[in-house]
Amino acid sequence: MSDHSYTPDSKLGKWFNDRLPLLTLSKHLQDYPTPKNLNYWWTFGGILTFCLITQIVTGLILAMHYVAHADMAFESVEHIMRNVNYGWLIRYVHANGASMFFLAVYIHIFRSLYYGSYKSPREVIWIIGMIIYILMMAAAFMGYVLPWGQMSFWGATVITNLFSAIPLVGDSITTWLWGGYAVDNPTLTRFFSLHYLIPFLILGLVILHIWALHVPGNNNPIGIDLKKPSKDTVPFHPYIVIKDLFALLIFLIIFAFFVFYSPNILGHADNYIEANPMVTPAHIVPEWYLLPFYAILRSIPDKLLGVIAMFAAIFVLVILPWLDTSKVRSAVFRPLYKQFYWFLVLDVIVLGYVGAMPAEGIYLLVARVATAYYFAHFLIILPILGKKEKTLEVPISITDPVFGGSSDPSLAKNTNKEI
Amino acid sequence: MKKILKFTVFIFLCFNSNLISAEQSADLLKPGWSFKGFFGKFDRSSLQRGYQVYNEVCAACHSLNYLSYRNLSEKGGPEFSEEQVKIIASQFTVIDGPNSEGEMFERPARPSDKFVSPYANKQASIAANGGAYPPDMSVLVKARKGGADYIYSVLMGYQDPPANYELDDGVYYNTYMVGNKIKMSNPLMNDLVEYADGTPATVEQMSKDVVTFLAWTAEPHLESRHKMGFRAIVYLIIITILVYFSMKKIWSRIETEV
Repeated sequence: MSDHSYTPDSKLGKWFNDRLPLLTLSKHLQDYPTPKNLNYWWTFGGILTFCLITQIVTGLILAMHYVAHADMAFESVEHIMRNVNYGWLIRYVHANGASMFFLAVYIHIFRSLYYGSYKSPREVIWIIGMIIYILMMAAAFMGYVLPWGQMSFWGATVITNLFSAIPLVGDSITTWLWGGYAVDNPTLTRFFSLHYLIPFLILGLVILHIWALHVPGNNNPIGIDLKKPSKDTVPFHPYIVIKDLFALLIFLIIFAFFVFYSPNILGHADNYIEANPMVTPAHIVPEWYLLPFYAILRSIPDKLLGVIAMFAAIFVLVILPWLDTSKVRSAVFRPLYKQFYWFLVLDVIVLGYVGAMPAEGIYLLVARVATAYYFAHFLIILPILGKKEKTLEVPISITDPVFGGSSDPSLAKNTNKEI
Repeated sequence: MKKILKFTVFIFLCFNSNLISAEQSADLLKPGWSFKGFFGKFDRSSLQRGYQVYNEVCAACHSLNYLSYRNLSEKGGPEFSEEQVKIIASQFTVIDGPNSEGEMFERPARPSDKFVSPYANKQASIAANGGAYPPDMSVLVKARKGGADYIYSVLMGYQDPPANYELDDGVYYNTYMVGNKIKMSNPLMNDLVEYADGTPATVEQMSKDVVTFLAWTAEPHLESRHKMGFRAIVYLIIITILVYFSMKKIWSRIETEV
């Protein structure tokens, strides 16, 4: 919070602000100096905040009508779809909202990877972000269990069974998680309770995430440190607010297409069959946003090692700020990193694809190669690349790009437009 | 901007095409449904005929547990009149109670009652059908990959098995079932029902009608969803355009392009 000198105009405002400086906070948020060259990839922070609020509000309403009991959950969801006024709308927004949330978070994460936003001095923002991401996956997984369809039940069985791979205490932990000897009513009720809790944890972490962001300020497409405020920055309001709003509206149009015209395309048909412990579905597949991790899990023949690999895949992201040794942040000035970056994007998409396929034959082979490459990217390529790569010259300002003393206005234009 | 849109579409295509297309016995029949698309609506008379087929054929084994008789007169459905629905409901008997003497009693169903199930419970339905469970049909269209096309294809897919094809007793050959085996005998044959509106009751016609009916039972609010979706998207596009020009105006104060 940089602006401590702010005094509200009105007497009441001053009285209140002296006791709780909310108006100072609001002033700070309005004036917050933001790099003026931020592109549309930077609008996803606002979009994600919107997604979180949407999920909380729709979830609140769903919880008023949902019954967290193994015998009644499926029926209560149908009750919401049929008899609750606009229940179908609320539920479809919530279900597709989860997918849109993940779509946005993946773009947000990959933006950070491209422009090196995780690097010093923004490591803490990145780590908080990763914790949010992990909590999001937990919340989404447990939320998918609540309708108590076939995929809910069997997804829960597969994922909770992973913990049984832990040596010695694995089985006890699994029993403890289930609240019994199989996935059943106690599992459902605790998942519901946790599913209700986690979004508020996420909300708290989002506030910390934004707070931590406001200390060093935003990274930007050319990844340089800026003087703030300066002619390289614009106040958050109205410049960034209106731009974020525009991007959010585009996002909402896509969101609306899913909700209104193909609300079930991202789900699995089997989840409209009530959970039945006696019948296993032909293929148990998680939701699309978990597929890359599912592929990593299955690519390793040993159960324990598979589980370790899956968690390690997230953990390498957490320690990424120390794995990437390059001093240059933005991929714009890192010609080699840029290529490896796109290769990683492709690799993750391939992992997602094979995660949806049966783990056999060519799919298993591809999954193994892609898993190996995923880890190699973070553990081998990035540390070496940072030391060996010949980076391009980085300008020292957005408006006056001075390359080693000589200014080249044409380059400045390019960086503004293309990035 | 374009990049973002392209990227979004690309990501979803990557994940969806494989989720949807994985494993299908034969290409499904696609008769074309009036309820698909932006302005998709149910064909009202097809829904009414479909209810007749369900009631006279499917309802012998398949329940519709999540529906009430009143739904039949609601907007966006078959839209029978309330009088018709009263008559339809009164043909079924429900067990109510206990009354003031503590006895359970039978009475004719009312529109507010749930559809009466053909069997007392799931076990009874399995026992009566040679070990095969006739699934509840309320959300059947959403519970099968391929949806309406799939159910329609199965109804149309009964054939004599190829030569030397081994089939157990009570198992039938169907082109569109996984493994080509189905435990339900061919439920439809020409003129099995007599439509009140004089439509010839061919197997094709009955299949189409009953699947339309089941698509409605699975998504009773489909019509209002489509209507609201169109309005919502038009509204969003208009406000997006307005915000776009506001943004351009605001950013014109500084020389950076937005």
